[in-house]
Amino acid sequence: MIRDFGIVWTERGLLLNGLANTAILSLVSVVGALLLGFVLTPALMSKKPAVSRAARAFVDGMRCIPFLLFAYIVYYGFPSIGINLDNWGAGLLALTIYNAAYMAEILRGAWAALPRDEIEAGVAFGFSELRLFRRIILPPLVLSAGPVIGNQLIQIIKDSAFLTIIALPELTHAASSIQSRYYVPFAAFITAVALYWGLCLIVEAGVNVLRQLADARR
Amino acid sequence: MSAGDIAAFAQGAVVTVTLSFAGILIGLPIGLSLALIRWANVPLAAWVVALYVSALRATPLVTLLLLLFFALPNIGVPIDPYSAAILALVMNTSAFNCEIWRAALMNFPKDQYEAAQSIGMRGGLRFRRIVFPQILRTSLPALVNEMSLLIKVTPVLAVVGVVDITRAAVRIGAETYEPLPPFLVAVSIYAPIVFALVSLQRWIERRQVAAEAAA
Repeated sequence: MIRDFGIVWTERGLLLNGLANTAILSLVSVVGALLLGFVLTPALMSKKPAVSRAARAFVDGMRCIPFLLFAYIVYYGFPSIGINLDNWGAGLLALTIYNAAYMAEILRGAWAALPRDEIEAGVAFGFSELRLFRRIILPPLVLSAGPVIGNQLIQIIKDSAFLTIIALPELTHAASSIQSRYYVPFAAFITAVALYWGLCLIVEAGVNVLRQLADARR
Repeated sequence: MSAGDIAAFAQGAVVTVTLSFAGILIGLPIGLSLALIRWANVPLAAWVVALYVSALRATPLVTLLLLLFFALPNIGVPIDPYSAAILALVMNTSAFNCEIWRAALMNFPKDQYEAAQSIGMRGGLRFRRIVFPQILRTSLPALVNEMSLLIKVTPVLAVVGVVDITRAAVRIGAETYEPLPPFLVAVSIYAPIVFALVSLQRWIERRQVAAEAAA
């Protein structure tokens, strides 16, 4: 058993590369999903029924589809409609679009719970829409939605492991290739589990810092 | 799509639903037991459970599944894809269920518990008559939500050779060189199942809010 971990240690470059790819995938898609979410949220809350209904249909639809199936559709199905993506492109696109639906719903909930009087005061002071959003709405929104966004980031990290199926060289894929090369399944996968755990603990620590910041401001 | 393909999807749907149900039914009581161990602060065990829950919540189901499927035979425990699938689902969902039950237990009004103690109810009866019915009510929406999450991760089980909806879709796509239609069929099977659970969750929440307003 100790010998098995020794083999994994000699292949640490591969695992760390996988870990870095998992981190990059997750970070890029959480930023992309948040930005898309910020576009979708006003659409969800739009007073025009056509806009809000279309946004609602997209968000609810995404939340009913398993992520893995969505990734398959993007990677294997999109070429049939003329969109060819390599595994990185497909993986990033799938993670981003899928999680944008969740982010939009998180932001909508936090936005709706913001106290109205500050926003109305901002309107009364003649803030333009963009400045109102940037100065009055965004700061408390980030603080109150922060912890839930952190949880979603953990979800994204875990979803990114599914992308091993489209041969994206992330952490689970790295562990798989070490296990198939040396037949050290326990050592390879338990190391991967430990690395995922560490990654999630870091995110949780970050969320706690954010929560303390929010409490200090209150 | 041929009649055989439709049969493959139907069989896949049966497998997906059966495995999900097995995972949910076994995971619920295990999650509750883990939560009780933490709630009662059993020395050492509570600490082990806390570590288990923290690690399992951070572990992707694919990684866990591959670990179980390849490592258990390696240490002399033979396991077939279906058992590995159920074991992985149960380990995964019980960690999340534990947190849900634990939150309900932490919020349980202490005075009711003490009232039950003061009239001389024994521990088992106290739990069955006073604590359990109420924590079941408060945690039900979150538990149903966790069930919908569980169904959404089941496509991963195809990785170790479980012949479920996703596996059927992949095979048909590979045979016909037209992957999009079978995947859309698969989506049209999963989506209503998940949607039904999400709707159930919202319905329970609405009913509970209405019941509280009436009280």
